Amino acid sequence: MYRSHVLVCGGTGCTSSGSPKIIDLLKDEVKKAGLKDEVAVVQTGCHGLCALGPIVVVYPEATFYSLVKPEDVPEIVSEHLLKGRIVNRLVYKENDQDEIIKSINETDFYKKQYRIALRNCGVINPENIDEYIAMNGYEALGKVLTEYTPDQVIQIILDSGLRGRGGGGFPTGLKWKLAKGNDADQKYVCCNADEGDPGAFMDRSVLEGDPHVVLEAMAIAGYAIGASQGYIYVRAEYPIAVQRLKLAIDQAREYGLLGKNIFNSGFDFDIDLRLGAGAFVCGEETALMTSIEGNRGEPRPRPPFPAQKGLFEKPTILNNVETYANIPQIILNGAEWFASMGTEKSKGTKVFALGGKIQNTGLVEIPMGTTLREVVEEIGGGIPGGKKFKAAQTGGPSGGCIPAEHFDIPIDYDNLISIGSMMGSGGLIVMDEDNCMVDIAKFFLQFTVDESCGKCTPCRIGTKRLYELLDKITKGNGTLEDLDRLEQLCYYIKENALCGLGQTAPNPVLSTLRYFKDEYIAHVTDKKCPAGVCKALLSYTIDPDKCKGCTLCARICPNSAIQGKVKEAHVIDQSKCIKCGACMEKCRFGAISKR
Amino acid sequence: MGVVKKVPFSGTQEQKTALLQVIREHMHDKGALMPIMQKAQEIYGYLPIEVQTIISDEMNVPLEKIYGIATFYSQFSLYPKGKYRVSVCLGTACYVKGSGDIFNKLKEILGIDDGECTPDGKFSLDSCRCVGACGLAPVIMINDDVYGKLTVDDVEGILKKYE
Repeated sequence: MYRSHVLVCGGTGCTSSGSPKIIDLLKDEVKKAGLKDEVAVVQTGCHGLCALGPIVVVYPEATFYSLVKPEDVPEIVSEHLLKGRIVNRLVYKENDQDEIIKSINETDFYKKQYRIALRNCGVINPENIDEYIAMNGYEALGKVLTEYTPDQVIQIILDSGLRGRGGGGFPTGLKWKLAKGNDADQKYVCCNADEGDPGAFMDRSVLEGDPHVVLEAMAIAGYAIGASQGYIYVRAEYPIAVQRLKLAIDQAREYGLLGKNIFNSGFDFDIDLRLGAGAFVCGEETALMTSIEGNRGEPRPRPPFPAQKGLFEKPTILNNVETYANIPQIILNGAEWFASMGTEKSKGTKVFALGGKIQNTGLVEIPMGTTLREVVEEIGGGIPGGKKFKAAQTGGPSGGCIPAEHFDIPIDYDNLISIGSMMGSGGLIVMDEDNCMVDIAKFFLQFTVDESCGKCTPCRIGTKRLYELLDKITKGNGTLEDLDRLEQLCYYIKENALCGLGQTAPNPVLSTLRYFKDEYIAHVTDKKCPAGVCKALLSYTIDPDKCKGCTLCARICPNSAIQGKVKEAHVIDQSKCIKCGACMEKCRFGAISKR
Repeated sequence: MGVVKKVPFSGTQEQKTALLQVIREHMHDKGALMPIMQKAQEIYGYLPIEVQTIISDEMNVPLEKIYGIATFYSQFSLYPKGKYRVSVCLGTACYVKGSGDIFNKLKEILGIDDGECTPDGKFSLDSCRCVGACGLAPVIMINDDVYGKLTVDDVEGILKKYE
């Protein structure tokens, strides 16, 4: 028994910030101090607060050290671990006035969270199956195989109200029920770990922090629908997740938790990995299956639905990582427990990846029905630099922007749809007054143009035309008729595209048109970008009262667009200005402004 | 994507042997083509038409199918990459924090466009969608090293480390 555990985050964020080195140093220092048998140093999965990495948490006190540097390690060991004195200067503080040392669970970032999918992330060593088992891991699989019939398992999932966490929100139990109802010699269970929504990384964190939960849940699904083979389709861009999944599969096979005759029940189930190769459309279920089969990842029309004819033409279910991460807990704690959380039609919790203009970027898991305000202001710590909240974008390229007027809306599937956005996989990007909404819409359309597979015309050509219209508007050449055309085209694409990618691609345009029409009109009629983002619409001017005539701006202007004599106010020649902003950056008197 | 100068194929016999072994081991797996192409790219660093032809001949799959797959997925490259592969995340979280400006700065310093490689073969530049390190936005990767919380002024210094 160790008297103290030092957990160091080994998620992608903290690894990038240098946590592997911290782990090595901690081990060395602990050994040097003669504490090797008393203190265990453990590499865990993601703690959520990625911007403050590397993160080190010391238990049993749950002292939360953030932004730990290699040179801090000896002090942590000699002061905290040896003498029991917490190193105050390294403890995470929510604000500068915060004098009281809080444990990790008392901070604003964590106290409103409720962790089901992320329960083991940042707590156990993901590379050790025994730690997962110690947290009741594989108990749900054992229970299912020895106590329940497949129909009972499906009924539990149905009763829990769990809906797909990957985007669409389809009831998971119903999906399983449909696949079970189709007889076949072979069925498949697939896991969508091709997290393509830019700005979302919850699946990555589950895979990196708790890979066994996905394996266990897939085996449970296999038992429920009568499948003996599973595939995890994971992004190749996630090397740490891939490596930990491989390790987890090997360990589970060795323990007999995957393979033949699991728990002596006569049930066989095994899992293989397939690496994605960078195609957003492969997040669409039929495209993903086409890709596993070894083809271009193009979607196919439904019906037939995957529950009838999916992978290799056999009945198949596909759920995403976060959905699976909920399953073992639902089995162990019961459907009622799960259904007691959340709103009427959205049960349980949802993981969000907070990003963009927000103080605490990272992963949070909150009960459904938490308001956007609570997420942004309380958990997220508000917007840095005293800037004003403008919008939160959810659902990635398929979603929309939620404006300040809906700040108090409880977040669930149906509420988000009703205000023109969607849950999506859980990316939540906060934007402030410095972000231009037309530019954001254009950004997402560029993404869909790049990622459209090209199979159907409405998506292939329609998204390109949308992009061109938006580009025209951001360059100051748009007209009011273009705005109407834009909207019309959006509805046309929505109604006619083949798969989810195309059908939802216009959402970023529609939602920004709905809530930020003023901004579009400013671009079109006043030829101005109110946020000061669209370069073609900016003009830089020098305030003659503030200009001291130091000539610095004239000297650094790459296009010699600034004229003026020494000690006299300078002037920018608008016809020559290329709007690079170099002058404004360098002016020491704040005399240059853009608008 | 810009014009990429054609680099003559210079695969070695060892690389070919390694590829043939991969094909022999996996060709009867279900849906084996993509994993084999991924391994081939690991072996050669890219997937020129010569390598695609070997896979096509050995697996008895039409070359156009292999070419179709190679050009569909952004991970496969028909052209060699630089010794140092620079990827700039243009995912949403990085974009709203200014990764577009960082991308432009890299283009300016390296003198190449998205998907291209410097003539000396040292640096290649790609835009990518989210490396999942959104907490550190904006982020670039050089080979496997991640650099986060960047400003435009940091770019030059980072590239210097690799010269």
